[in-house]
Amino acid sequence: MADPSNTRGATRRRFLAGAAGLAAAGATETQAENSKNLPPNVADWTRQLGEGVGVRAYGNPSKFEKNVIRRTVPWLTATPESSVSFTPLHQLDGIITPNGLCFERHHGGIAEIDPEDYRLMLHGLVDKPLIFTLDDLKRFPSVNEIYFLECAANSGMEWRGAQLNGCQYTHGMVHCVQYTGVTLKLLLEQAGLRPGAQWIMAEGGDSAAMNRSIPLGKALDDCLVAYRMNGEMLRPEQGYPARLVVPGWEGNVWIKWLRRIKVGDQPWFTREETSKYTDLLENGKARQFTFVMDAKSVITSPSPQAPVKQKGFNIISGLAWSGRGKIKRVDVSLDGGRNWRNARIDGLVLDKACVRFYFDFEWNGEELLLQSRAMDDTGYVQPSKDALRKIRGLNSIYHNNGIQTWALKPDGEVENVEVG
Amino acid sequence: MSRSARLALGVALLIAPSELALTQPKKDVPRSYGVGHAVTPEQVAGWDIDIRPDGQGAPPGRGSVKEGEKVYMDKCAACHGEFGESAGRWPQVAQGKGTLASHDPVKTVGSYFPYLSSVFDYIRRAMPFGDSQSLSNDELYAVTAYVLNLNDIVDDKFVLSKETWGRVKMPNQAGFFDDDREMSEKAFWNPNPCMNDCRGPVKIIGRAGAIDVTPDEKTQKRGVE
Repeated sequence: MADPSNTRGATRRRFLAGAAGLAAAGATETQAENSKNLPPNVADWTRQLGEGVGVRAYGNPSKFEKNVIRRTVPWLTATPESSVSFTPLHQLDGIITPNGLCFERHHGGIAEIDPEDYRLMLHGLVDKPLIFTLDDLKRFPSVNEIYFLECAANSGMEWRGAQLNGCQYTHGMVHCVQYTGVTLKLLLEQAGLRPGAQWIMAEGGDSAAMNRSIPLGKALDDCLVAYRMNGEMLRPEQGYPARLVVPGWEGNVWIKWLRRIKVGDQPWFTREETSKYTDLLENGKARQFTFVMDAKSVITSPSPQAPVKQKGFNIISGLAWSGRGKIKRVDVSLDGGRNWRNARIDGLVLDKACVRFYFDFEWNGEELLLQSRAMDDTGYVQPSKDALRKIRGLNSIYHNNGIQTWALKPDGEVENVEVG
Repeated sequence: MSRSARLALGVALLIAPSELALTQPKKDVPRSYGVGHAVTPEQVAGWDIDIRPDGQGAPPGRGSVKEGEKVYMDKCAACHGEFGESAGRWPQVAQGKGTLASHDPVKTVGSYFPYLSSVFDYIRRAMPFGDSQSLSNDELYAVTAYVLNLNDIVDDKFVLSKETWGRVKMPNQAGFFDDDREMSEKAFWNPNPCMNDCRGPVKIIGRAGAIDVTPDEKTQKRGVE
């Protein structure tokens, strides 16, 4: 078995290549080796020229990465136009989600908007109602910020117990990218707020014309009208050409295909913020305007779609985030929450963004119950699922940030389980 | 402004007041960039479709329960069911009274929506699914009236309009309260969470494998060749 100190710098490819030993039954990603390409033979790609520049004018991942895709749960919804696809968290590392893998949630399909015909209207309780073209938005001073975006329904299928086998399905309604855009504050200043302004309503230009109310304080604090993600223009499925960015708050308020912002003196109580994104408690009453996404974490590997392939040295890898601020600490348990150890956070730790954590362990084939627990800089500690259910009951659907348990079995397979 | 900043400003003023104007834009007075155009009332009229609980934004027009039944049967019943009971997995829009505190809450217009505007505004912007913003104002009023009638909120003779808007009382209006997590979940803030021997023996009490509803990855569409 590898010496931990050597393995630290190993690439994932080498790690997987070295894994060929264990549990072939569970290894879904192992490719059959071709000895023609292995030393002492000289591989085909070493002797032949490859494709020239320009052949891949917009590059795609290697053809060997074809299984790194967003996936759906077809039985969840009545129609794909109002549905969700999930980020393959188990196949990613670091904190930035590639644009083509960011989960999708649409309510009326993907609007394909010609940027020449894009307009953003800003009116209501303002001195000068305005309308902007996309070029107008790009002319304003821009800012670049990295934020996570989590759907309030992420992990919503798990309220009553372990249901879906894979962190892509249990936690894949989150992504984290860098946005470029103009601050909403600056746009509101151009129009000039009138006395009594307390709320804004943001509205999409898609066939759902999604609308949500947002308190003015948040709008003036850190919201953006973004037109770029990870440097390039927004993807159509992420709201091209412009969307609202509402850092730390539930994804439903990050209106995509943004066409209109209205300023008012009270919330609108739209369908989305009443009949949908409200949290029904056991007594039949529902919390409304539960905007903030509480601290949450998940082990992305090992996980049901990313089994362990060898005994000995292994690394637990995961993501953590909080809508209330920065992640301060992540703990990992190997015994279902009896004992905890600090995980190592690697890379950037930013306000309302994902952080990557790692935890090294030696595995001798015993069954382990893997958990992670995030803490943010307000002192909030990610609760157990039982602690959440004790307060909220089983009917909330939204805002399930309870601690996830993965059972690592002797054959290296991993299962989503509920512990009591 | 801090004392040192004020001092620095004072010094700068003495030295080069004209340069200061370039480097120190006045705080608290937002800059106008002269970007964007005044929006015309005609432009606003075409997009200004939101409606508040008090009826602000409701369009002119009227529609009866009876007229609404025809619109509903033509354009809504295929998905929502003839009695609002839902056809297949589309949203149920009627019944569900008294279920919110049960193990199987049924959220409908009658059982859950707090305001008439929450229904009307949504139908106006997003329904019929696949043919959004196609209903006339009279059809909107009529079909909303019919859905209210399916939920026993208005009688068969009811005519919905701006004038009768205030007469509609939604049963679950008092069913909501503002986010109180910082109070009700205060215990989740803890500077020193337990690290050792935090709980008794751990038992597995549920398994996703036993439920077996996870999609088969092999059947899902693959990436670009």
